[in-house]
Amino acid sequence: METNAKPKTETQPVRELLLANQAIARGAWEAGVTFAAGYPGTPSTEIIETLAKRYPETNPRWSTNEKVAFEEGMGAAIGGLRVLVTMKHVGLNVAADAFMVFPYSGTNGGFVFISADDPGMHSSQNEQDNRYYGRMGKVPILEPSDAQECRDFVIAAFDLSEQFSTPVMLRTTTRLAHHKGLVDVGPRREVSQREFVADAKRFSVPIYRKLHRPKVEERLEALRAYAETCSFNRVEHSDNAVGVITSGISYQYVKEVLPDAGVLRLGMTYPLPPEMLRDFCGRYQTVYVVEEGESFIEEYMLSLGINNIQGKALFGVIGEYSPGRLRQALNLGAAVPQPFTEDIMLLPRPPMFCVGCGHRTVFSALRQLKVTVAGDIGCYTMGALPPFEAEHTTFCMGASIGTAVGLERAGHDKVVAIIGDSTFIHAGIPPLIDAVYNGSKLTLVILDNSTTGMTGDQPHAATGYNALGQETHKLNLVAMCKATGVENITVVDTWQRKEVARALRKAVKYNGPSVVIAQGPCMQLPEMKRRGIPPYTVIEELCTQCDACFKVWCPAIKRTAANFPLIAGDECTSCTVCAQVCPTEAIVLAETAVVA
Amino acid sequence: MSKVYNLMFAGVGGQGSLLIAELTSIAAAHAGYDVKQTEVHGVSQRGGSVETHVRFGDKVYSPIVTPGEADAVIALEKLEALRFAHYLNPTAGVILVNTYEIVPGSVVNADKMYPYETIEYLRGKGLHVLTLPASQIARDLGDGRMANVVMIGALSTRIPIPDSSWQKALHLRLPARYLEGNLKAFAAGKQAVEAEIVSN
Ligand SMILES: Cc1ncc(C[n+]2csc(CCOP(=O)(O)OP(=O)(O)O)c2C)c(N)n1
Repeated sequence: METNAKPKTETQPVRELLLANQAIARGAWEAGVTFAAGYPGTPSTEIIETLAKRYPETNPRWSTNEKVAFEEGMGAAIGGLRVLVTMKHVGLNVAADAFMVFPYSGTNGGFVFISADDPGMHSSQNEQDNRYYGRMGKVPILEPSDAQECRDFVIAAFDLSEQFSTPVMLRTTTRLAHHKGLVDVGPRREVSQREFVADAKRFSVPIYRKLHRPKVEERLEALRAYAETCSFNRVEHSDNAVGVITSGISYQYVKEVLPDAGVLRLGMTYPLPPEMLRDFCGRYQTVYVVEEGESFIEEYMLSLGINNIQGKALFGVIGEYSPGRLRQALNLGAAVPQPFTEDIMLLPRPPMFCVGCGHRTVFSALRQLKVTVAGDIGCYTMGALPPFEAEHTTFCMGASIGTAVGLERAGHDKVVAIIGDSTFIHAGIPPLIDAVYNGSKLTLVILDNSTTGMTGDQPHAATGYNALGQETHKLNLVAMCKATGVENITVVDTWQRKEVARALRKAVKYNGPSVVIAQGPCMQLPEMKRRGIPPYTVIEELCTQCDACFKVWCPAIKRTAANFPLIAGDECTSCTVCAQVCPTEAIVLAETAVVA
Repeated sequence: MSKVYNLMFAGVGGQGSLLIAELTSIAAAHAGYDVKQTEVHGVSQRGGSVETHVRFGDKVYSPIVTPGEADAVIALEKLEALRFAHYLNPTAGVILVNTYEIVPGSVVNADKMYPYETIEYLRGKGLHVLTLPASQIARDLGDGRMANVVMIGALSTRIPIPDSSWQKALHLRLPARYLEGNLKAFAAGKQAVEAEIVSN
């Protein structure tokens, strides 16, 4: 390969290398945002995190769930502030009730919300295309194509929101949100608060909403006209016979694969500009519609009677796009190489519970109990995988409890629902109230690791800290459960495996609803990493090679050539669980082993 | 159109492949290139395999590297080298492998199925494989976790980014208390490859 190409001079100014989510945060700050709310969810989480770390004057917060975040945002926007609300795609399902009604009154201060979609389901339970939500709610959708545009579009979105007094959806996808690029940034614009005029006809009383119904259509028509000329949509004509209509990150793939084609890059994908689409397609023989996700643009074009287009039939609706995938679909160049698997074992490396994770003991015990376990969304979803295989359903946040109640009705006499602390607060409280109210005898296990682990450890209401790291009221989970009417509540140290097993056994036997709260902070929390961690070690002379410690499934326990367990000293978190299972006390604190 | 360099970083969650990809991106930006990087977050803390793509050149569109087009694959672990080797440009690219093995903890009997013969296998496929004991080199320098920085020291001999830009990236991105050790790790990686090329 070429190694002697000349490097560039170092005189140009260095722009900031930003994750697109950081660029969104930066744009929001520059746009003068003074209220921001969200609930963690990949790939949206870094937006609020960046605001909290770098731009606290935007008043960022983690809300209880996406609906609450959206409603707080609505209030702040009606009250005249510029507001950013963030969520992953499925978060909008939770917030949909608020989202669907807000466009009727419209907003006062600029209101922009991020819907971070996940084609390819890198870290999600489904692949829904939220552009349909934009269409259903009749709000404009913006789709940037790189990190720079993430910043630029957010700023422009606030002006658009205020110009049309509409909430604006900015849709990202995993590949966009989690790519880094160079971004030119600017200063913050101080935007003064708009006046809030109390207006019951606008902001309350459903019967008056009828009056606003036609306004939604008028606004939509105005937006459609705006879409024809707005700077979000960009035409790059060429004299090629092939044209491409594309949006979002797919634009970048098109530029790689079809560098000579004419391109209409739609930065605003709802409402779509009919004349622009017709005009563009009139200039090319064949037009490819390259949009990740569903057939959203293409269907609209077909409804306009444009028929020299090819889209989903070629490129597909499932999963992520990539330059390789486009090239393959268009039969350009050689086949894209596949992983090497011939005559060699390409072992998978699925994710697993971290070293010292407190969830492990709970799943070991559940496996022993042989009960039906309705699971939920979080790190503990891995309890469904080998070697534990002790979780039988996972749907969406909070679903464990309702599903368990239903399974119980369907004849599973003892069911366990298992849920993380963050998920319990997000969506687990109404179903627990319901379970007690409707006479369920389920056992609910709350995995209280003092954080939202799956998404990278964000605080929540039961941690006692807010997004800015300030101390605040700490929700009492025991009192919360008690208030629903559950009387049998046990709190255990999650690293005491016998206690955990005993508590679960008793709870499952109990003739009525019961709750077990397994407590122990996530090992990824900075305070857990910072604490002095004396590692454990194996005394080989005492080890009988019974393999009990291997059945803890801790990644820090390796096997030596002589078949002994070996605890990696720099990985061990001193959780003690392997020492608890060792029948010959061969696993001890490394420092005491030296003395012995 | 001028050349765009394609790099693929592979490793196991916790090994710091994301960090060295970012150091490379910062160095490339400092050297005046356009640069894009893509990573899939989420499983990195949970011991899964982690891939990060970096592309730099005059103008970069896609952040994604296409299989068969990488100028270099930088693998912090052997099995991950195998997993991402097909990204390599088979005629012009080089795969840099840290000869370190992490047996997947979540797969039953993984130690019996692990592809220990990966290096010979990839060479047998005609790929240009450079191996170096980066974890050992890093441990000898006092901290095995610096294996990732040893690897970019090695990488630096294969791509047109000047040393001053690498130094700048390390200074910008690493906490002061780790800087000195990592500068040594970087230099050691560079030397290791230069020695290995001679022996090839
Ligand atoms: C509606 C919705 N919002 C957000 C997410 C993203 N998400 C997945 S799991 C999770 C919470 C995990 O925290 P917790 O329940 O405390 O369990 P842990 O991962 O800490 O074990 C979140 C926010 C989601 N899947 N669905």
